[in-house]
Amino acid sequence: MKVIYTDNNATTQVAPEVVEEMLPYFHDLYGNPSSMHSFGGQVMRKLKEARKKVADLIGATPDEILLTSCGTESDNTAIRAALASDPDKKQIITTRVEHPAVKNLCEYLSKNGYRVTFLPVDREGRLDPEHLYKSLSNDTAIVSIMWANNETGVIFPIEEIVQVVKERGIVFHTDAVQAVGKIPIDVHKVPIDMLSLSGHKLHAPKGVGALYVRKGTKFSPFLIGGHQERGRRAGTENVASIIGLGKACELAAEHIKEENERVKYLRNKLETEILKQVPNAMLNGEREHRLPNTTSISFEYVEGEAILLMMNEFGICASSGSACTSGSLEPSHVLRAMGVPFTAAHGSIRFSLSIYNNEEEIDFIIEKLPPIIERLRELSPYWDQSKTEARYHEKD
Amino acid sequence: MWEYTEKVIDHFLHPRNAGEVEEPDGIGEEGSLACGDALTLTFKLDYEKRIKDAKFQTFGCASAIASSSALTEIIKGMTLDEAEKVTNDDIAHYLGGLPKEKMHCSVMGRNALEKAIAYYRGEAEKKVEGEIVCECFGVTDLEIERAIRENNLATVEDVTDYTKAGGGCESCHEKIEEIIDKVLGKPHVVSRKPARLTNIQKIKLIEETLEREIKPSLKQDGGDIELIDVVGNTVIVKLRGTCATCVASQVTLKHYVESKLRELVTPELVVEEVRQ
Repeated sequence: MKVIYTDNNATTQVAPEVVEEMLPYFHDLYGNPSSMHSFGGQVMRKLKEARKKVADLIGATPDEILLTSCGTESDNTAIRAALASDPDKKQIITTRVEHPAVKNLCEYLSKNGYRVTFLPVDREGRLDPEHLYKSLSNDTAIVSIMWANNETGVIFPIEEIVQVVKERGIVFHTDAVQAVGKIPIDVHKVPIDMLSLSGHKLHAPKGVGALYVRKGTKFSPFLIGGHQERGRRAGTENVASIIGLGKACELAAEHIKEENERVKYLRNKLETEILKQVPNAMLNGEREHRLPNTTSISFEYVEGEAILLMMNEFGICASSGSACTSGSLEPSHVLRAMGVPFTAAHGSIRFSLSIYNNEEEIDFIIEKLPPIIERLRELSPYWDQSKTEARYHEKD
Repeated sequence: MWEYTEKVIDHFLHPRNAGEVEEPDGIGEEGSLACGDALTLTFKLDYEKRIKDAKFQTFGCASAIASSSALTEIIKGMTLDEAEKVTNDDIAHYLGGLPKEKMHCSVMGRNALEKAIAYYRGEAEKKVEGEIVCECFGVTDLEIERAIRENNLATVEDVTDYTKAGGGCESCHEKIEEIIDKVLGKPHVVSRKPARLTNIQKIKLIEETLEREIKPSLKQDGGDIELIDVVGNTVIVKLRGTCATCVASQVTLKHYVESKLRELVTPELVVEEVRQ
């Protein structure tokens, strides 16, 4: 069965060009970049090139790029570094819709001597900048706000809010894992101090990420050991993956137009058709300021996992904002923070596209999904009751 | 991705008996939209008072739908006295097992069945009995106690998997722990927090553990055990019944009796059999 992969905010396929670039560094050119011999030295040169490519994608300089093992490590490093460099300050400001890499760390810190302000979002997933400004205090050690949300794709006005935070001289970090490669980012123009990105969200392999640290930002390392990364992140470099990340960043820069035109067109088509064909379905998050590849749609009176498994029968891969595991029976913290009603929150599906999707695949999903929702609704005890209501809405 | 059995997937993709029985004799509703899953079970009896037809409507995940489908298949042809004895474990078993985190789906099936039978018998709809412990999912202490007893649950996580209680805001975890301790009995608590036991406490606990934990399972195989003496940390026992002549008795003694006593009383114990 052909796989139709529309779960690119979870992970992406490694681009063939990236794999090709990486391969020699496993078997033939396996030297340690720190070695004195030229066998290692040639690897060092290649790493330098890769670091430059990562920097170029976001408008940074190579020495501002710290290579890490993943987005989570970048987020943890950034927040802990800010706290360690200014140990007297005890307030952290973040949002209620962050990725667990930031959210759970902040929850942990809130139990260990820090005061964490979790900023709310509105029904459309938007942040109120005024709310942030009012929360800033002389005790604020760091503001960490994601650039774009992984579940809804909603983009926060980072350019705008960072100005105010920086005027107060407070460290600003952004988890841009979902944004890098999908929308243009230029740290040269936006005075953020730190930015996290992850390889496997932009067609590089899993297990590699980066943290941008603006020159002059006070820093304290998370991993302590060797001199790698100029002493800011010890550990022998994940050479092949870093080279892959460099190549992926180079490709992302080339593809960003396509992402914002063709991929956006496909996303819009999918979203529009599904909302048109399926009654009692709604979009989660604002339409305007959104990643070009992401759509989160809620289907009332059905449960997300059941939809996913039925789509799975057709080879369609997507994800649900409502993981029905007993440990987290409640719908995702993002949808909850947005105040999506229970009737809809349990049945949310996220499609996240990439440049590797084509229109044929989108048409296939548009053909297969509506009957799946209909079938599950027929099984649902709530659907009958809601039908009268649904008809009423149609008349509106 | 969940590790579902083929049978779960089959019942999910091809649910048996979906819908509503016309003019039903029994109706049972369990769960709610807010909880993330809900089931309405209806059945009709034939002239012999056997369940002639049973149907379900379910809102929920794949295992909730499969559990409902399985439930209707299991109870068809049963008398109500038989149906009454169906447990959540029977439902899970019928499906070749459910992931632990999804056991609450089978509990939902059992509860709906119970309500449908009560409806038929004209028993006033059971008021919420007991006290609500988990506010998020409206689970009472009695429901939790029952799940612990029927499924040998030992941790808060287990209770959440089976009843959902504690799966939301988690503020009731302490309360659930208290209920677990209560149901499993005090000695369990003692064994969990190995305080220093006095000699008398130790002997008493050994006796209790033998009576409550060890003897019943030996008796299932026709064996028995008698406590002769406790000298320091050496527990001297005598095996009786089939155990006395069983070639594997030393294995039973060391691997079962001794390890059980070590677990529930104190880890220093050594078990020895009295020689004749």
